[in-house]
Order: sequence, then structure tokens, then C-alpha cells
Amino acid sequence: MRRAAVLGTGQTQHQTRRTDVSMAGLCREAIDRALADAGVDWPQIDAVVLGKAPDLFEGVMMPELFLADALGAAGRPLLRVHTAGSVGGATGVVATSLVRAGVHQRVLAVAFEKQSESNAMWALSIQPPFTAPIGAGAGGYFAPHVRAYIRRSNAPEHVGAMVAVKDRRNGALNPNAHLRQPEITLESVQASPMLWDPIRYDETCPSSDGACAMVIGDQAAAEASERPVAWIRATAMRTEPTYFAGKDHVNPRAGAEAAQALWQAAGITDPLAEVDVAEIYVPFSWFEPMWLENLGFAEAGHGWKLTESGETQIGGRLPVNPSGGVLCSNPIGASGMLRFAEAARQVMGRAGEHQVAGAKTALGHAYGGGSQFFSMWVVSDTAGR
Amino acid sequence: MDTASAPPLAAPLDIAFDYTRSLGPVLGRFMTGLRDRRVLGARTADGRVHVPPLEYDPATHAPVTELVPVPPTGTVTSWTWTDQPLDGQPLDRPFGWALIRLDGADTALLHAVDAGTRESMRTGMRVRIRWAAERSGHIRDIACFEPDPGPPRASGSATGGDPATASDLDTSGDPDTSNGAGTSGDLSTSGELVTGITTPIRLSYTHTTSAEESRYLHALSEGRLLGQRCPACRKVYVPPRVCPADGVPTEEEVPVHDHGTVTTFCVVNVPFAGQRLDPPYVVAQVLLDGADIPIPHLILGAAGEVRMGMRVAAVWRDPATWSTTPENIAHFRPTGEPDAPYESYQEHL
Repeated sequence: MRRAAVLGTGQTQHQTRRTDVSMAGLCREAIDRALADAGVDWPQIDAVVLGKAPDLFEGVMMPELFLADALGAAGRPLLRVHTAGSVGGATGVVATSLVRAGVHQRVLAVAFEKQSESNAMWALSIQPPFTAPIGAGAGGYFAPHVRAYIRRSNAPEHVGAMVAVKDRRNGALNPNAHLRQPEITLESVQASPMLWDPIRYDETCPSSDGACAMVIGDQAAAEASERPVAWIRATAMRTEPTYFAGKDHVNPRAGAEAAQALWQAAGITDPLAEVDVAEIYVPFSWFEPMWLENLGFAEAGHGWKLTESGETQIGGRLPVNPSGGVLCSNPIGASGMLRFAEAARQVMGRAGEHQVAGAKTALGHAYGGGSQFFSMWVVSDTAGR
Repeated sequence: MDTASAPPLAAPLDIAFDYTRSLGPVLGRFMTGLRDRRVLGARTADGRVHVPPLEYDPATHAPVTELVPVPPTGTVTSWTWTDQPLDGQPLDRPFGWALIRLDGADTALLHAVDAGTRESMRTGMRVRIRWAAERSGHIRDIACFEPDPGPPRASGSATGGDPATASDLDTSGDPDTSNGAGTSGDLSTSGELVTGITTPIRLSYTHTTSAEESRYLHALSEGRLLGQRCPACRKVYVPPRVCPADGVPTEEEVPVHDHGTVTTFCVVNVPFAGQRLDPPYVVAQVLLDGADIPIPHLILGAAGEVRMGMRVAAVWRDPATWSTTPENIAHFRPTGEPDAPYESYQEHL
């Protein structure tokens, strides 16, 4: 297959309300930074791919229509991707596919969410007729599955709080992060209010305005780049129904199969040994150990041991979310692309204060819906095989 | 009744939210202008003037920085007529929806023309802004357009023959002075810059149930819980549905008990918009006896005691109030039976 690489990435300053910019301005802040980082200008962009989570979040049907000018889409193909919370990752995968298929040489991928213009929890708790009023947003949806994980793995209760402490402190190293809390402690997390028992306030992601963009190029474009690029070694996406009899909400089959396909395509046989850093979609703290198992970094039931032993901290065996992750910044539509872009930044050596020393191979991961959509990629500092 | 032939059920679903929009520098100045009874267009690198303004130049992709005033008069470039205005539209009597190119602009703005009758509308007609009495910095500050008896401007021909209208824009005689707002070429504003607007959005659907769901709901109205078995995987689904795993309709009806086991649960302590219960409350996944997939429901009467494996039973409302809704079951309550062993429900987590 043809090779593709991330030529550059850009992201906004993520925060609760970006009232200084429109949706268009928010996207362009990320796009302009990605173009500059890639060292390319508009004439070199062949196509644009936009990702965004449900339209009900901002109440704009098909935002790609009114954003076309701002996204530089005039005169170019524009595709919209929508796979709920995983959409930022899926957008990166679609852009990569367009390059690897030989359709385009350089593709601009963009993803955003302006959560302050609405209320995502309201949008996720719409009450259709003939149903009982029991929805309680994403936290209410995922909390029972976190409880099931704790029961199944016998994980000690403090593991979730440990993830929150690690990610928020990592976020303090990331100037773009929404939440930057260098002083956070295990005790302060455990003292924070219980929102959706067993999920505490400090173990939940914030609601952010933000955007992310990447320029993905073919081999010639990558070799013409004056700066290091992130070679995309493999991508994978898988889907499963939200509900079916026997669905494993703790360790979903679609995620496990996507990971298996990803490692195989990348030629990786021992992910824990061969991956230097991982940016994993962790909107609630306990999803770190859950996804470590689902991704194959640990045996089922043992993911929490990597977290508890400190191996997922910067400096550990597998630093997870050195950027602070979704727990520090959550512009939902962009959150998946931020994971992909942060993985790329690590192997490009451009992650700044939260750079993992010597990172050569990195995972970017996203999931969405009721653990329904999974998207992931592996990037490296060299083109490999 | 014969639930097998139950007709589909339908009910309205109305949702609404007051969305907000951060306007950014270009649209913020445009809306501020409207509040001050002034229309601003965006000039792009090719000299064209866009009304409403673009935030980014579609050709160069550069941010738009230059805003220029245009007069409140223009020409209809195309139109249609609406005989029965809907709620929320600019006028409550029949009116024309028109594309209107304001004098000095190169692009058209969509708005309402209060022309009285369809026969009064024509492409090429001259129109003028009717400002709203109360203005806040919103497109609705233009109440509508109305036929303009004044003489046509040189650059305002219906066919738009002169592409250089932007450079022809006459800013020496401010067309807005007739409305008493502003002075020539002065883009300064008299008040605070408008930075955001609120856009209430309402959506009205008719929600119709599937045949499987209809049979389930009709059974519920008779106080029965109905499952259906997938002919492929043999799993019993409650509520019945096309099997998500095999993609085939479930046909065989299976009565399901209104007792079950809590597989897992969440205590909701957080209030949110549209919430219909006062927190805290427990939402549990309840695996009904005889079913192969849990249903989410409320557990009451066991504050702090709810646990995985707890045995629970449905608490039905007064049969006199039953209808085709799962709300016939008010909640579930503990039965006091010994907890179900973990192994009995671990496949359902």
C-alpha cells in the first residue's frame, strides 16, 4: 500500500467558552496552525475532510455547508465524517485513506466542537415518546460499565483517581489544555463530589470549545517536508451495535478487533514493548485501564496494574495521555483527532513540555457512541517496512 | 387484544434549545451594524463586496478584515412567494422570500419582502429595508424589506451588469442618514460591540414505533412484559426489536417475568437540563428473568443498598392509568431474595 504521513498538526487553545471566535474562526485557528506546522500553503491542499459530533450539539444541521469558505473547501472536495465521539479519529483515518488510495497528495483533516453554544448533556438525554425518562447523559451511560469493570477486574478503588491525577498533571505541561491542575492530588480527587457513582467530578472530562487539524501527505509530500513527519504505519476502524444480547460493554469486541487489526497491519506483535506512548480516548478516568486491556496492552482484568504501578506516567513503560488527554480537554468532535495529532507530535519530537523522550512509535485512539465506534492509528518517526 | 396485529403507535416529539452563537470579529461587526441600522459588507481580495459578509475569502482563504457600508436599498434578483407563513417567519401575512442584492453589494441576501400580493413581486423590483423598532444585533433587526418607490441607483440593475459595484460604492452621501443613523463611512459604533446572539431552535417530529415495539407497548398497556426470541441466535430481546447481532426480525413472542436481577447500576447525583427526576436516584440495568438483555430502569426503596446481583421486582402504577408506555412500571423495588450469583449475570455486563 502507498505510504502516508502527518506533515503537520494544529490545535486551538481549548477552554469552556471561546466567545472570541465563531465556529469558523475556531476551525481556522487550528487549520492555520496545522498548515504552518506542515510548512504547506493552501494551493498544496487537494481536499478537506471535516469531522464533528452530533449536529444537535450546536444545533447546526450540516455545518460543513456554512463552513465551506472557512475550511478552504471552495474548489476542492469536502467530506463530512460523523462517528459520534470517535469522529476526530475517524476523520484522520478517512483523510489517510484518501492519500493511501492515491486519490490526493495532501489532505487537510479538521475536527471541532463548540460545546458552549449548546448543552451536550441535554442533547444526549432527549426523551422520545414511549420510553421511560432515565437517560442521564454520557456519565449516566458509562458509569454502570465502569462499575462492572471494577467488579470484573477486582481493581482497587483508587485507580480511577490515580488516572485523574496523572492526566491533570500532564495537562499542566500542555499550554493548549483546557484544565491545567499541577496541584491536584489523589486526596483532592477522592474528595470531589460523586456525580454518577462510581464516577467522581474530578474523574470526568470537561466540556470544551476547541478544534484540531492535521495535514496528511503522501510519500513524496512527506519526503519533501523540511521538518520531521509522522509516518502512518496503520489505521483501523470497527463498529458494533450499541446494544445487543451478550454485548461486552467493558471490553467491546469492536475495539478489540480494531486493535488486533491495527497491530497486525503495523507489524507489531507486542504492543506494550513496541509502542512508546499512547494517546487513548479516556473521558472518564476508569477508561484508561479498560482500554489498556481492550487494546491489548494488558491481559483482560490486568490493565489497572499498569496504571497503579505508575507505568502510564511520563517516564513509565507506556506513557498514556502525556497531553492530559480527554480528561483535560474535551471539544467532543475534536477529541479523537487530538489523540491522533498528539501521537503524531510525539514521534515528530514536537510535543513541547509533554514530549516523551525518545518516542518513536505512538498510538492514537478514539471511541464513540455507546462504545460502538472505534478508530485508531499507529505512527512512527520512520517509514518502516 | 391481539397484539400481533397491533398498529404502529405514533406521538409527537418536540425538542427545543436556545442555542448561542459566538460571532467572531466579522459577524460581530455586521450584527452591531444592524443594531445601529447600518449594513456592512465584506470586501474580498478581488474587490467584491459580500452581504451578508463572509468571514474568510473563498478564493485566497485569508480572513476578511475590510468591512464597507452599503445602503439599505437593493434589487430583487429572484424570489418565491409564501401564502401561509409559518410561526417564526419574518411576517405573519403572505410575503415574498427574495434574494436581494443591496446597492453596492455583489452578492444577494435572503430576506422577506412585504409586497402585499404575489402580483406585486417581480425580479428587478427595488426594495428597501424596514428596520425593526427594537434592535439587538441580530438579522431580525431587519424586520423585512418593502417595495422602494425611489429611483433606481445606477449600479443596481437587475442583471448586475457592472461587476465593479464595490469600487463604485458611494460612501460620500451616507444612504443611512435618512434613517438617522451614523455618518458617512464611519464604521464606529455607538454602543457595545455585539459578540453573540441567541438562536432558539425548535424541532417537531412524529415518532412512530416499529411493529415489534408496538406489540411490546400494547402488552405493557395490559400489564404484561413481552419479549421476542431471535430466530438466529435464540436470544430473548426485551423490548423486542430486529436482532442487532443477526439483523433479522424477532417473531416468536416470549412472556417475560417482571422480576429480575440488577446487573450493574449508577447513582445519578448530577442535575441537568430537561431532567425529570430529582437527584439522587439509581438507574440500574435490570436483567428480567427470561430475557437475554437488560433494560435500564429506576430502583427505588433501597437508598444506598442497591448492589450488583440484587433481586428486584417491577412496581406497576395503578392499572387505571396504564397506557402504551414503559412508564406503567414506576420503578423497581428490592424483593429481599438472596442476591443472584455473579456468574449468573456476568455475561450481561
